Parts: sequence; structure tokens; C-alpha cells
Amino acid sequence: MSCTANGVADAVRAAAAVLAEHRAELIELDRAIGDGDHGENMNRGFTAILSALDSAVPDSPSAVLKLVATTLIAKVGGAAGPLYGTAFLRASTAVGGASELDSDAVVAGLRAALEGVQARGKAVEGDKTMVDALIPAVAAAEQAAGTEGADVAAVLTAAADAAGKGAESTVDLVARKGRASYLGQRSAGHLDPGARSTALLLGALARAAR
Amino acid sequence: MTVGLVLVSHSAKLADGLAEVAAQMAPEVPIVPAGGLAEGGIGTDYDQVVAAVQRADRGDGVVLLYDLGSAQMTAELAVESLPDPEAAVVADAPFVEGTVAAAVAAQGGASRADALAAATAAGAADLEAPAATQGADAESIELVLHNEVGLHARPAAVVARTLAGMEADVSVVLGDQEADAHSVLALMSLGARKGDRIEIRARGAQATQALEAVKGLVEGNFGEA
Repeated sequence: MSCTANGVADAVRAAAAVLAEHRAELIELDRAIGDGDHGENMNRGFTAILSALDSAVPDSPSAVLKLVATTLIAKVGGAAGPLYGTAFLRASTAVGGASELDSDAVVAGLRAALEGVQARGKAVEGDKTMVDALIPAVAAAEQAAGTEGADVAAVLTAAADAAGKGAESTVDLVARKGRASYLGQRSAGHLDPGARSTALLLGALARAAR
Repeated sequence: MTVGLVLVSHSAKLADGLAEVAAQMAPEVPIVPAGGLAEGGIGTDYDQVVAAVQRADRGDGVVLLYDLGSAQMTAELAVESLPDPEAAVVADAPFVEGTVAAAVAAQGGASRADALAAATAAGAADLEAPAATQGADAESIELVLHNEVGLHARPAAVVARTLAGMEADVSVVLGDQEADAHSVLALMSLGARKGDRIEIRARGAQATQALEAVKGLVEGNFGEA
């Protein structure tokens, strides 16, 4: 895939399909330690993105990311709306006006997304949130981009793999942020739904890029 | 003009109900509820919050209050996205107490910064007795409440508002409890009812005027019919 506006739109469509497929799983994860709406909310947001992309694909990768951001902010009711919305909004700004993104731009977008999520949600590593998937993902993306000949697909694949491992690491953690934090010790033993959706999202983007 | 308030909640009922309570004490303050999702159900709606901020802004700015986690994030995101982000501010305050405190402050003509400070302080120690009114130079009077509801929401707000501009520290004593007369929540927490004898203590440059003013309010039954 080339990382043009259409390429990014296709990757986002692929992500929407993956989130629809995992809707029930995310609901189950969130039911265990949250309010049970994460799967529904993410699916609603990405379904709205699909119909927006059906009517017109914006003319730059940055504009596609911005469309994703504003749709998620408007359509996802829970914490995931402002968090993912901020992530895509910051990424949209960070990638600049290029008509095609290279691996450096993708890394810059991921880094800005992480910083946006942390600024919005005030979570740090170990709080049992999506940040536990995003921090290793960004580190892995940066490392991959430094390797000779690494393309966008290599960078996103490294990020997705690291996000997957990061999400698994949340199982043992006790939540310190969000609804799950009210459960205290009882939140341990469950995979964090936000970290899981982050890993699913990056996995879909990486597969689309290959 | 007055500062406006926006109440961001996961529930439309919660936001509406709180707006109703606060409006009773602050009839001239634009208090706009923004609760629940657009299509109904529990959640926060970014577009609704942005629209609420625009409705609440009469030119003196807006203070947003929120209930839980994602409502805070939605509120902050809405403020950042305003044409002028300086026009609004999100209060880190308890939802109910903070809203009531900010509403009363705004009704009294407070600036946005002061309404925000009132909201923030509502979660802290404002129910403690103010030591400032204890001491040899404090003046005091005793009064009996004859109005139907006692020192409940509206009368408490009237007292706090009346004292707002005065150079005096004032407290109200009921039994062994003493409350800061500048704080609506503290006054309400006394639970002073019809027929109760209360003591008003004041010190400061305008202590005498403050006591006279409160006396006038109590004897006039706070304007109740």
C-alpha cells in the first residue's frame, strides 16, 4: 500500500472491519472492569467513519486522519472518543501536508498520537490503559524506522507487534485510571479493553500497509 | 451579564436535575445542561457540549463542570476547540457542590476566575468553622428564623450574596455548629429550620453593617411571601 490519502482511507476501512469483528470481545473485556460499552462505542465510531469515507475521501493523509478524529470525537460516547479523537487529531497535525507519508512521517504521527492521549487522559505507563500499548508501539516504531530500508509497513508492523505485547502486559496490572480504577485490586487479571483496541487498530493498519 | 455554566454529564437527567437545583439559587445565570448522548443513553456528546458552551456564553465566559472521567475529557476537548479557548474553563470540582457554588458566585457578579475558584473550593474545607470570627473583638447577635424553609438553599444563597461585597468575616452558629456565612453549602449544612435560634458572628471593618444586613434578611423572612 502507498500511504496516500486513498491508502490511508483503505487502512482505516480495514481497521473498521477489525473493530466490528471484535466488537463482542471488547464489550466482554470492558464488562469485566468497566461499563461494558467500549466495543459498542468503537464500532459506532468506525461505522460512522465508513459512511463519511463513502461520500468522499479527503485529499491528503492528514485530512483523512482529521476526518477520523472529528468523527470519533462526535460519535464515541465514552472516554475512547476524546482519547482516540485526540490521538488522530494530533497525528493529523504531525504528518503535515504531504500527499504521501514516509516512515518518518508515520513515526511522527504515532509519537504525536501518544503524546496527545497522555495529555488528554493523564495516564502513565502501568496505569492499565491504552497508553500501555501505545508507549511500546511508539518505541518499536522509532527503532524500526532507524533500520536501513525500513518502509511504512515495517514501521507499523513493529508498532503493532509491540502494542500487542503491551496490551497483554495489562492483564496483571491494577487499574489507576478510568472506571476500572474504582475496582482497585479486582481489576487485576483482566486485559484492558483500551489497550486491546489500540493493538487491534495498529494491527489492522499494519496489515493494510503490507 | 454573568458568567455562564455548562454541566457535562453522562446522563441527561443528572445534568438537567442539577441545572434545576442550581437555577433555584442563581436565577439569572445561564446554566446549560449537556448530558447523555444525542440519541439518548449514557455517555458524553462532544457536539452537544460545544453547543452548550456557545449558548451559555453571554460575553463573560463559561465555567464547565463534569461528573466522571470521560466527561472531563470531552469538556476539555470542547474548550480547546473553541474559536477562543480563553472563553471557557473546566473546573476540577465536585459536580453538585461545585456547580451550586459557581452558580451562586456568578449570580453575585463574580468574574469567571472567581466562579471557577468558588467551584474548586466547594470540594475542600469550606464546611469547617471559620476561626476568623472567634475572638474578643467579634460582634454577635441572636436571631430566630421565622421563614418556612429555614436556612435552606435559596435563603442561604441570599445571605452569601448579600455578604459578598462586605469587608467582614461572618459566621452563623446553630447549637455547637458554626458555618461560614459566605458559603452557601456551609450554611445549608447547618440544617437551620423554622423556629431555630441562630447566632450571627462578625468581625472586620464592616462587621456591624454585615450583622444589620443579615438581621434584615432574617426579619424580612428572606423575601418569602
